[in-house]
Amino acid sequence: MSDATTAAPAQAGGIPQISHISEAVIRIAGNSQDGIQAIGGFLARLAGRSEQEVMTFMTIPSTISGGPSIFQVRIGSGEVLSAGDEADVLLCFYQHSYEGHLGSLKKGGIVLYDSDHVKEIPPENLSKYRHIGLPISSLVVEAIGGTGRDKGKNVYALGLIAKMFNLDVPKLHRLLQERFAGKDPKVAETAIAAFNGGYSHTLATAAELFKFKPGENVGHNQIVMGGNEALAYGLIAAGVRFGAGYPITPWSDIMELLRKELPKYGGSFIQCEDEIASISMAIGASWGGRVAVTGSSGPGISLKTEALGWAVMAEIPLIIVDVQRGGPSTGMPTNVEQSDLNIACFGGHGDSPRVVIAPSSVEDCFYTAIEAVNIARKYSTPVIILTDQGIASRIEAFAMPKLEKICQDISPDFTPVADHKPYDLAAADGITRHLAPGTRVASGKYPIVTGLEHDELGHPTGSPKLHVQMTAKRRNKLKKLGADLPTPTVFGPPEGQVLLVSWGSSKGPVEEAVKQARANGDAVSALHIKYLNPLPNGLEKIFEAFSHVLVVELNDEGFYGYGQLGAVLRARYCDPKIRGLNKVDGLTWKIREILDRVKAMTK
Amino acid sequence: MTALSFASETLTRTGNLNLASVPPLPEGERKGLTKKEVAADHPTWCPGCGDFSVLALYFKLIEKRKMHHEKITTVAGIGCSSRFPYFVQAHGAHFIHGRALPFATGVALSRPDLHVFVFGGDGDAFSIGGNHFTHTARKNVKLTYCVMDNNVYGLTKNQTSPTSPLGYKSKTDAWGSGDRPINPMKQAIAAGATFVARTTHTNPNHVLQMMEAAMDHDGFSFIECLSECVEFYPGAFDGANPRKGGQFPLVPEDHDVTDEYAAYKLSEDLMPGKFGIFYKVNRPTKNANEAKIISTNREKFVALPDWQILQKNFDRMK
Repeated sequence: MSDATTAAPAQAGGIPQISHISEAVIRIAGNSQDGIQAIGGFLARLAGRSEQEVMTFMTIPSTISGGPSIFQVRIGSGEVLSAGDEADVLLCFYQHSYEGHLGSLKKGGIVLYDSDHVKEIPPENLSKYRHIGLPISSLVVEAIGGTGRDKGKNVYALGLIAKMFNLDVPKLHRLLQERFAGKDPKVAETAIAAFNGGYSHTLATAAELFKFKPGENVGHNQIVMGGNEALAYGLIAAGVRFGAGYPITPWSDIMELLRKELPKYGGSFIQCEDEIASISMAIGASWGGRVAVTGSSGPGISLKTEALGWAVMAEIPLIIVDVQRGGPSTGMPTNVEQSDLNIACFGGHGDSPRVVIAPSSVEDCFYTAIEAVNIARKYSTPVIILTDQGIASRIEAFAMPKLEKICQDISPDFTPVADHKPYDLAAADGITRHLAPGTRVASGKYPIVTGLEHDELGHPTGSPKLHVQMTAKRRNKLKKLGADLPTPTVFGPPEGQVLLVSWGSSKGPVEEAVKQARANGDAVSALHIKYLNPLPNGLEKIFEAFSHVLVVELNDEGFYGYGQLGAVLRARYCDPKIRGLNKVDGLTWKIREILDRVKAMTK
Repeated sequence: MTALSFASETLTRTGNLNLASVPPLPEGERKGLTKKEVAADHPTWCPGCGDFSVLALYFKLIEKRKMHHEKITTVAGIGCSSRFPYFVQAHGAHFIHGRALPFATGVALSRPDLHVFVFGGDGDAFSIGGNHFTHTARKNVKLTYCVMDNNVYGLTKNQTSPTSPLGYKSKTDAWGSGDRPINPMKQAIAAGATFVARTTHTNPNHVLQMMEAAMDHDGFSFIECLSECVEFYPGAFDGANPRKGGQFPLVPEDHDVTDEYAAYKLSEDLMPGKFGIFYKVNRPTKNANEAKIISTNREKFVALPDWQILQKNFDRMK
């Protein structure tokens, strides 16, 4: 909200003046059962419908019910790359929310609190932040009656925010009606009454109200969703019709969505007894003729690695989603970390090359899923989509995909063949292609798939020569993929002092850090790597033009001072200027954190 | 919009494909397969192994039921008996240890046109794969699981198996096994298998009979087939072999195969125990349940292309 520009003339009668702003960060803090995510979701969706950019950030307790929870939403009329370092407005429901989150509010920011619950305000805070105390809990009872009190608090607060930011009330009413469509009409009526209660509050104690400048994404026809949703829908668009999984946070949303949606397309998603069964079942279905999906988060991925090795050996196309969380072991199940790169790229026994791709935003989740399916099919290989809790749970608006063009049919081909050797060493492109069971082979010689080293038909062999040849075959087809991958382009000038290398969800914050650094006159650029295994070629040429290459990762700096991608880049390029810029606090990057670390590492 | 580096494209099978057109062959004109046509690699089992007889009877089943190559789907895990798919000239998969059932479930559920046969041993079924045995039975996935039980780990050369009897001396129990063996019949019935049968490799006609009945069962059909390991546990099943002085008692004719408790009772003493179908009931299969969910869900989208179904969802997210 720092770039508030034209302040409207102050109006008479103690009515707060209206400032026109191009962006705002609003943090809502309470308990998880307060429906805080719902308020955030409404705000995000409203922004999407208002042709604005939006990004959210939430923390959810890993306890079963309740516990402190927050939702932060950043709405911008222009580009939004991160959820924002500091909040402009903090809405807090409880004393603990007030105490826990005041530090996230920028100096001079507005704290709107429920004075029924927040009782102790240290006097020294009053000069630092603008305090607006309202007995929200009592006001909700006034608006909708005692019974709906706990349920209505969030919507009442949404009304207050709508008032404060002059949000589009008819659009919000419509969102509320859509949200409660199909339920007892009284539910929507109560929600609207609660909203109107909040909206009709004068907020007379506020010195200033706000209004967003019109959004820049005019005519974009935006949709709003979370990263896990986008990934699941991407798989559907890609033609995936079978999946198998086992519940684990934060992957479960994807399996729940696929379970619900796939039958509409004639497909199934099966909840299995364990992680091993789920990857095995997905591999079986893939072999059945159509690429299938399984997924998990860190601990589950560990369990899947033996079967993954089989899919590498048998060269079966397969999609494995890893929604990373804090590890090792049960770790920090509801926090973000990027510490599964090693297991994704190298996890398992033996030499088992596979493909690893990481989406960088909610929109990218959708398209990455499609791309992963196409790579899996084209190269007959398992592909790991390495997403993370940070993208999984955040909401963004993006342009409506052109579904008619994008959606693909990948149903198997059962046309009889004269003869077939899946592992033909003489194949021009070096790539294995399987026949789906049910396909007639006129020669009467049928191929087999196995985890044993095999000959060209898939039959087991102990031949040293064949093991050498087949190992090379499995490696070379993916080397070829690496050579076909586009070299990523530098964000900012292609030469300078510092190159920040990012992967996954860090892309937005890193690019925002670059913008800020350049605004301060520092020669900082960024390079985002989407294809992590194999890497695209040509990175060394990009590195040459910078004095420092800092790999920004949400994982530990390890024994030698660089994180997991840092280690891979060092191994490949033997370049000592590649260093790690790491953290493991379970939270997404703040822009200031990146800039401070860059300064400290390069002075 | 993000550009796709790998746009959708029509994928040819491979360069090795002989593209000479293959004449269509109507079902009616196709002959049943001979044993020679359905045999692939020469089995690697030790001479005298009980598994030979199970393989021979699988060939016989294919021949008798006039199955065509491409419709035969043979899946196995790891173990001596699990080498099975290599010996069958048909589409097959040799998967990892203990996980043949979930793999086969993936095939069965996504390819309802195929009847999947899974072969494996006692270690695969009841030790490393124990969890999958329970859950595949419970889900009642339509497939046939034939466990060739030899009461010993043969491939790794004589360690105790989950079905080794008490006192069995192996390399890992030199003083005799002390762990209560698993009773495969009770295990299967308790887990919810809807077809549970028992046979032995020394009675070929009976093996074939059980295989046929299993194949015709609409649901998870489990066959426990005693299959002697002549190398590490010779004579294990002499008690069930009349030619070795044992007995081959059939399931009594008055046994009610739908009576779970009676089936459980039949499973009590397994040497020699009884042979035949212990339990057989009809319960909706996982395949049928999924098909029903699909047809109910698709009712609303009749004649809509997939992209329009997705578009409906996306329109709600605006």
